[in-house]
Amino acid sequence: MDRNINKSAIDRRELLKTDPVEKLKRMIEIREFEEICFNLFAEGLIRGTTHLCNGQEAIAIGVAATLEVSDYVMCTYRGHGHALALGMTPKKVLSEIMGKKNGSMNGLGGSMHLSDLSIGLLPTSAIVGAGIPIAAGAAKTAQYKKTRGVAVSIFGDGATNIGAFHEGLNIAKVLNLPVIFICENNLYGEYSPLASTTPVTDLATRASSYNMRNYIVDGQEVDEVIKIVSEAVEYARNNEGPTFIEMKTYRYSGHSRSDPATYRPEGELESWLERDPIELYNKSLITQKVISEQDKDTIIKETKISLLEIKDIVTNLDEPEDHYLFQNIYSD
Amino acid sequence: MNEDPDVIIMGEDIAVAGGPWKTSEGLLDKFGSERVIDTPIAEMGFMGMALGAACTGLRPVVEIMFVEFLGVAIDQLSTEAAKFRYLSGGELSVPLVVRATTGAGLGFGAQHSQTLESWFYSTPGLKLSVMSSPQTAYGLLRSAINDNNPVVILEPRSLFANRDEVVRGDEGIIPLGKSRTITEGTEITIVGLGSTVESIKEASKEIKFSTEIIDLLSLIPWDKESILESVKKTGRLVTVEESPLTGGWGAEIISYISSKCFNDLKAPPFRITAPDTHIPFNEKLEKKYIPSVSYIKDSINSYLTTSEVPLAWWENGNG
Repeated sequence: MDRNINKSAIDRRELLKTDPVEKLKRMIEIREFEEICFNLFAEGLIRGTTHLCNGQEAIAIGVAATLEVSDYVMCTYRGHGHALALGMTPKKVLSEIMGKKNGSMNGLGGSMHLSDLSIGLLPTSAIVGAGIPIAAGAAKTAQYKKTRGVAVSIFGDGATNIGAFHEGLNIAKVLNLPVIFICENNLYGEYSPLASTTPVTDLATRASSYNMRNYIVDGQEVDEVIKIVSEAVEYARNNEGPTFIEMKTYRYSGHSRSDPATYRPEGELESWLERDPIELYNKSLITQKVISEQDKDTIIKETKISLLEIKDIVTNLDEPEDHYLFQNIYSD
Repeated sequence: MNEDPDVIIMGEDIAVAGGPWKTSEGLLDKFGSERVIDTPIAEMGFMGMALGAACTGLRPVVEIMFVEFLGVAIDQLSTEAAKFRYLSGGELSVPLVVRATTGAGLGFGAQHSQTLESWFYSTPGLKLSVMSSPQTAYGLLRSAINDNNPVVILEPRSLFANRDEVVRGDEGIIPLGKSRTITEGTEITIVGLGSTVESIKEASKEIKFSTEIIDLLSLIPWDKESILESVKKTGRLVTVEESPLTGGWGAEIISYISSKCFNDLKAPPFRITAPDTHIPFNEKLEKKYIPSVSYIKDSINSYLTTSEVPLAWWENGNG
């Protein structure tokens, strides 16, 4: 079994910062994890819905590698990858997705609701754009308490059309909050191509109307993601205010379980596959002689084996008892 | 705010202007702009921000100028704040207070006069209270700020001009979820909330029966035990609501109490409410809309005399 998969969330996060091979491994972990989820849904072993992030792994890993565990992250229901990248273990995430008692919400949340405060992951919201002002509020706490912490809000291109986006960015800029808005522009808002819902192609331009520093980043290049997010985090820690970063990326799957993505133009997926984030980073590491040509295949093989073991373990875990229905509604 | 530096307040015009209702006058000078925050006109944005701050270590108190403005923030309140503890697997608390002014009577028209308790009523995870006097405004707010859950405090603005001595400090605190019995009696339990409490008190002066008047104060959770105990004693129950008939809080109270002590009832419980219509600007019609002292008095006297539920005024054909 892979040495990392059983490590705690915080340890998994720390490894990302120091070890380039770990970044590759963890991108592969996300890719293979989503594959397992897809299959479990197909087999009817997971109910409800799910939103896969294969194709977008470099953003999740790049962001997680940049932040401290004391920083806060609000992300969306397309959150498996971010949760894994930030440190949650595949077992914990899969347990939640399969409705098991030892999931992060004791199986009461499901695929769209992952959270782990030990690594700063606030509850992932299933409402488009809702996390944007919430992240601003977490940043307010950091600013007020002078912790030098930052908050990150991760959302999709579709969220830039909802009111919470406007209100959240506006307030964040007015109060100069230490928050980084990361838009994963994967070109589709649910089933609709960006052009049919949005009058601009570069969503970063929207930040200009809040007089907010903004960047467009190749979201398939993990090192690019790290470079720009690091800059934004540094600005925020130095109380220089919020930043908006548009990550150009692509979702290999449909919007959700029920979407086969037949609306995609011919050749679009194939052209993005040529810029696959895992392959790009693999080549980069080979060029730098950090790994050899064969290493990636070995990592994939090992990851598959250990994730399948985890799948078998989780499948047989207990479900929450009835009394869980009434827990965590109120605080004392 | 003196006791706890983590308490911050935010809302539209609450800092420099001292609040549209002057409820935060002087706080900016005393506590500074880091703690007393003028927001953009963006309830969804600053409600979300307050939630984010609440679940990461602050205790924000949000002022909503008119409760209707919560309509654009209901996602952040009901779908996010109320569920955040749950969605965090119990790791997070959300010590968030939302104050919103409510109610008719001041000529603000259809979009600035509603009570809207029903918007929040079926939302587990929230607490919901309604003040009815200076003391309850103080006591409930203190409890709400001390509470580790999102609490909505509705404040009938028709009461803002009332003046009274207020017991401050810990002695003045009123627990959430508890009613207060205003007068004890043996023949009827009259439950009011917010603005109707004063009207009931006034009406009871001309009700020739022994009335037990209870100010419900909190809707989530509501004081089932006290109301049940009272109705077991009196055998009669009436709720007086400023909100429209359909979906009002009195329906929940009466449904619960009736099924719990049906055999103790001497007459069918009933509700005095506003009609199912919009709130008019015209002063004469607005006064008609709100359950008036004389309407409450006549309805209850008729009920106690006949043991029959009286028709609502709009059912009498004279509306």
